[in-house]
Amino acid sequence: MGGRKRTWEAISFEVVMTAIALIALIVIIAPSLVVLIVSFTNGFSLKFPPPGYSARWYAELWNAWQLHFAAKNSFVVAMWSTGLSIVLGVTAALAIARSATLSARVLDSLFMSPLVLPALAFGLSALMLFSLVGMPVSTLTLIIGHTVVCVPYVVRNTVAALAQLEPTLLESSTILGASRSYTFRRIVLPLIRPGVIAGGFIAFMSSFDNVPVSLFLRDAATDMLPIRMWQDLEGKLDVTIAALSGVLIIATVALMAIMERVTGLSKRLTS
Amino acid sequence: MAAASVPRDVTSYSIGLAAPLTLFFLVFFVAPLVQLFVLSLHNDTAGVVWGIGQYVHFLTDPFSLSVLGSTLLLGVEVTALCLVLGFPIAWLYHRVGSRAKTLIILIVLLPLLTSVVVRTFAWIVILGRQGIINSTLLSIGAIDAPVRLLYTQFGVVLALAQVQMPLMALPLITALGRIDMNFEDASCSLGAGSWRTFWKVVLPLSLPGVIAGCTLTYAAAITAFITQSLIGGGQMLFMPMYLYQQASTLQNWPFASAISIIFLLAVLAVVTVFGMLGRLSRGYGGA
Repeated sequence: MGGRKRTWEAISFEVVMTAIALIALIVIIAPSLVVLIVSFTNGFSLKFPPPGYSARWYAELWNAWQLHFAAKNSFVVAMWSTGLSIVLGVTAALAIARSATLSARVLDSLFMSPLVLPALAFGLSALMLFSLVGMPVSTLTLIIGHTVVCVPYVVRNTVAALAQLEPTLLESSTILGASRSYTFRRIVLPLIRPGVIAGGFIAFMSSFDNVPVSLFLRDAATDMLPIRMWQDLEGKLDVTIAALSGVLIIATVALMAIMERVTGLSKRLTS
Repeated sequence: MAAASVPRDVTSYSIGLAAPLTLFFLVFFVAPLVQLFVLSLHNDTAGVVWGIGQYVHFLTDPFSLSVLGSTLLLGVEVTALCLVLGFPIAWLYHRVGSRAKTLIILIVLLPLLTSVVVRTFAWIVILGRQGIINSTLLSIGAIDAPVRLLYTQFGVVLALAQVQMPLMALPLITALGRIDMNFEDASCSLGAGSWRTFWKVVLPLSLPGVIAGCTLTYAAAITAFITQSLIGGGQMLFMPMYLYQQASTLQNWPFASAISIIFLLAVLAVVTVFGMLGRLSRGYGGA
């Protein structure tokens, strides 16, 4: 009898937990699906469900030169910031990853702090510094600001990859007569490469999507894609933005699939 | 050299390799924040007269204090909702096959990597007057006229919870994966039911993950400028928009600096408290 009671109790627990989990997963995925569906509307409003379907807003996107211009700027800044983040982040990660010294721990906290501190406050402070030293805002200031907020992702993922490295591999390489630089190039680098790529990917995505830092550090000529979209949305609810969102969602899913193959992204972020 | 005979630890690299990034951070991250602090200690907009006038202004102004209060409250509500929805996801993750596991992770990761503007835009479509919720409720006759969901606290909390969910779910999935399943089995075979085992064994053991998730979610929710302003609209003002208005529209940099510093300290305080709780919980859960 006790057994039956426990079974009922166990079932109620499983049902409740599974139900909430499924609802949560639906809540997570629904917005992206809704945007994809609405972007194929043939109407002029964001009514859901759409009155009919067409690809007209995607065609419209082809002529939206303002969005093209903003997308190009965002891409250029994201590429440079990611490159700079990888160069600075990987070297720093090598220095602090397998070290338990106080300075390594302090540096680790410093490099991670842009992740939790309000980016808008950093954006404002960086603008103040640049104007104090007489450096006009430009693509360069954007790249510098983006690198500060993107480098933590590279450092974190590289540190994690280095922490999983087997010391015996490096020791045997040395015992067999390989120099430190040879061991680094032939053993360390290939083994941490997926971690570096995963970190660089997240850095790129977060730079491409950054608003708070860009708001302060761009000049009038440098329109950035997320800011352009944000300002368009504040003004009017444009269906072109839905089509652009559709493009971005599909591109994100495609990149995620590639990254999952190349770096095992999902395992990397849950271990 | 004598040092050559001493085998160096081949698995560690010189701390000097961190020098370039350290220098970069000192110049472009630490120095600006120091300058922000210095400027906040000026009473006039030009930044000539020293004083703590900006802080006095903020802390004695009921409007400013209410903005700070509603921002911190917003963070609590979003974090609580993320925890309630995120924990079952992590629980389910560890009970399904590997294909379903990958699917769950990709669903959770998708919003993390999708543009925040796109995610927020989706919620405008869902919550709007002609949105899904309103048209569904109208069609089943639950309401006679569209309900206002956009530009409400409910809308902001819901949208932010979805936007920040990965930050809660990922640490929870990691934490639950580290729990020894034998504890659960032992608890059940000793007569505790599933609910009791969950509250008394699984939840306490996953506390490090809960705290890590709460820290990230809270910090992200209160600083989420785009979602707050687009879903909240003009009537609801939170700290990031307040800061931006003062800095950009009103060009009052010293006051904007003081707002930034107060906001930074608020975030830092929350992170520190959570961090202390995290260390305590590791002593408790780190079996």
